[in-house]
Amino acid sequence: MRGILSWAALVVAMTTGVASAQQILINAAGATFPYPMYSKWFDDYHKKFPNLQFNYQSIGSGGGIQQVTAGTVDFGASDGPMNETQLKDFRDKHNGSGILHFPTVMGADIPVYNIPGVTAQLNFTPEALAGIFLGKIMKWNDPEIANANPGVKLPANNIVVVHRSDGSGTTYIWVDYLSKVSKEWETKVGRGTSVNWPVGLGGKGNEGVSGQVKQVPNSIGYVELIYAVQNKMTFGKVKNAAGVFVEASLAGVTAAAAGAAKEIPDDFRVSITNAPGKDSYPISSFTWLLVPEKIQDPAKKKAIKDFVAWMLVTGQTETEALSYAQLPKAVIAKEQKAIAKIQ
Amino acid sequence: MAASSTTVTSARPVGRAPSSWLRRLRSGDEIAYAITFCSAVSVLLITGLLVFELYTNSAIPRHKFGWSFLYTSVWDPVAGQFGAAPFIYGTVVTSALALIIGIPLGVGAAIFLAELAPPRISDALTFLIELLAAVPSVIFGLLGIFIMVPILSKIEPGLRAVLGWTPLFQGPFYGVSLLAAGVVLSVMIVPFIISISREVILAVPSDQREAALALGATRWESTWDAVVPYARKGIMGSIFLALARSLGETMAVTMVVGNEPKIHGSLFAPGYSIAAVIANEFTEATGDLYLGALIELGLVLFALTIVINGAARVLVLSTTQKGSG
Amino acid sequence: MSLNLIRRKTVNVVMLGLTGLCTFLAAGTLVYILGYLFVHGARSLDWNFFTKLPTPVGETGGGMANAIVGSAKLLGIAMVVGIPIGFLGGVYLAEFSGSTFGFFVRYTTDLLNGVPSIVIGIFAYTLIVLPQKHFSTLAGGLALGVMMIPIAIRSSEEFLRAVPTNLREGSMALGASKAKSILTVVIPAAKHGILTGIMLNLARVAGETAPLLFTSFSNRFWSPGIEQPTAALPVMIFTYAIAPYDDWHQQAWSAGFILLTLVLAVNIVARLILSKRGPAPR
Repeated sequence: MRGILSWAALVVAMTTGVASAQQILINAAGATFPYPMYSKWFDDYHKKFPNLQFNYQSIGSGGGIQQVTAGTVDFGASDGPMNETQLKDFRDKHNGSGILHFPTVMGADIPVYNIPGVTAQLNFTPEALAGIFLGKIMKWNDPEIANANPGVKLPANNIVVVHRSDGSGTTYIWVDYLSKVSKEWETKVGRGTSVNWPVGLGGKGNEGVSGQVKQVPNSIGYVELIYAVQNKMTFGKVKNAAGVFVEASLAGVTAAAAGAAKEIPDDFRVSITNAPGKDSYPISSFTWLLVPEKIQDPAKKKAIKDFVAWMLVTGQTETEALSYAQLPKAVIAKEQKAIAKIQ
Repeated sequence: MAASSTTVTSARPVGRAPSSWLRRLRSGDEIAYAITFCSAVSVLLITGLLVFELYTNSAIPRHKFGWSFLYTSVWDPVAGQFGAAPFIYGTVVTSALALIIGIPLGVGAAIFLAELAPPRISDALTFLIELLAAVPSVIFGLLGIFIMVPILSKIEPGLRAVLGWTPLFQGPFYGVSLLAAGVVLSVMIVPFIISISREVILAVPSDQREAALALGATRWESTWDAVVPYARKGIMGSIFLALARSLGETMAVTMVVGNEPKIHGSLFAPGYSIAAVIANEFTEATGDLYLGALIELGLVLFALTIVINGAARVLVLSTTQKGSG
Repeated sequence: MSLNLIRRKTVNVVMLGLTGLCTFLAAGTLVYILGYLFVHGARSLDWNFFTKLPTPVGETGGGMANAIVGSAKLLGIAMVVGIPIGFLGGVYLAEFSGSTFGFFVRYTTDLLNGVPSIVIGIFAYTLIVLPQKHFSTLAGGLALGVMMIPIAIRSSEEFLRAVPTNLREGSMALGASKAKSILTVVIPAAKHGILTGIMLNLARVAGETAPLLFTSFSNRFWSPGIEQPTAALPVMIFTYAIAPYDDWHQQAWSAGFILLTLVLAVNIVARLILSKRGPAPR
């Protein structure tokens, strides 16, 4: 008993000793979509400023919105911008002061699949994707899929749909796109970070969905591009608004943002799914940091403001290595001005 | 059998004045009483506070949905519609499956250990089995994902061939399912059934056993016909306790149940349990209604386990008191 | 021999076999679990695991040093919260209480014991995390401590009651006050049982994951003091197991192996101590 107590005391002393007076721990939580990017950024930033620790937990965009509203984290992250109700909820809980959205990178939601015997890259039409996720297209050799992929032998197996079980911005991007291309989806299911899925298994986080698709044969899911790349999974091309089948790439995402960039609203909340242009990848999106307008702790405020500024310049140079697209220059310039809004 | 301690008052030494309150205080008795009493009361306070917190924080959905919360099967955060039915269903089904597998295994093993096995082997095996009860839930989940689910995927065609005529074993199978959760749960509750049933059977007075043997019964017959019926209530109690435990199991279920808030008739289908949905969605429930709905689910689970535990205690206590000698 | 007798003897042997099979299956499962974890987890245990912090997603070479320390801190807080209340409550029930109030306390203790750990997590969240507006080791430790209380009370009470009354009476006859008797005679007599009870209790909460998910949350770095979120072994196992990265799976196995070994070691030691000294705890 004495032994346990003294060891416990040693451990507590050790860890409190590690934290000198200068150590600033900033807690953040949210989107899994940009998690590979954020974990690299926060790691690099910590190497540059060893006294600053950004503890980012990837629990899903819904979690980011919830925790930053409850005030249990210093800032959040989400790939689905907060809607009017959520913004109002935040203001109600924070004496009227609001929350700012800062785009960080752009990424793409891609359809990943695991069909035994099929290694080719499949083409998906919007109708195919909507039909699969509505549960109306049930077999892989359905004409809607087969017609877009002449020459590929698709089995007559049942499609296993995998979606997110947690509140997710990646989901938001996906259902936002489906709502735009399918009236039935829009009325039946709608948009949100958590929706009432007609069919499918739930995976927790982008990590969970990739994990499920990898393990379950004949499955299809949606994840952020980097997850498929890092896990060497096959993903399909999607037909964009101009009728071209485009594979998700940095160029495709950048093209999708090109139009929106010039007219991006002041609060940076904009959707770029199903964007016009023949090179545009149709399921692209910005992802945002959710930073409260008023931050009490001066040390944390400075650290967060400095980080955002660093992210907009140095951070942007690291995005392409992880398959995220850089922000358009017009957006960066506008954001740099907006940092001043953090009081 | 331990002698119960009665409240012993200080013996009055001959020739001394009677103990006054002040004397008792100075000798530390009142202080000791006060400190220990406060600790005991704090248990009541903590439990009361727990119920209070659960109740008040679930006020919004309770007012909005009322009792319909318990039988609505829609779980739609976008539309703000929440119903507990899919989770109650999943919880009940996985626990029922766990019991169906666990009871024969557990009671059988308990009988073997208490009656039929030589004492040394019995002690060694009981030791091992009670250690199984100490394995953390998350480890069962870990093994569930990487061992159980693939094994189930392999035997699924066989199961379907034999039992596919029932609606319980139809429909597509993805590995993660109510079946997987039920099997993992059964492994987790078997040690409890064994441990308690074994003690209950051991507590049966030996005259029962000996009388049957004297009449010419075989070992098995004396066990099954004379001893086990005597211990029946206690065994039932152990089953209830195991059930209460499996209702609240979180991690192992979350990792293998498939996380789908829908009611499907088949065991092959993915499902969800109350504890699993709370674990998955709590940190990201946006809005007070959503969070409140999850807390209300916690209240439902709390109520369920209280009822089952209560029944269990009554059954186990009544048998061991009767059977102890 | 009549046919009936042959039938009965056959049934006897068959049931012996069947029930024996059930037993060996149950006992064998533990051996299988341990073996599997050993094979998968132990062989990839390296120095990195114990000394390094987690690395960014996709990079190898990370470890769980902060999770190991985090779990230790959580258990420390849990002990501080759970043991005093549990032990003293047990003393009350064994030495001082009347029957009606004692009944209420025991009933409530059993009630609290039956509460699923995730609900205790909700309790700690609404009580500490929300008002404080941040996740913390304190909240996690408190949740675990609340889980320890019922078992601590019951096991302390049992071992204290097991001390023969004549020890108490002898001490009082010699003139010691009740409090002094309890402190110097009764408790020392029960100390082995009480200590092993604490060990078993700790081993049980060490593996709990659910109550930590939204109290101590998780942390990529070291967690100074007790007011910050912290990584913990069981939570890391959960997070890494459901991810798609093989490196993370490997670390989950290693962490699982470490956790299981520690828990089982404590259990085995506790039971060995008890079996030498007296009746096994219930």
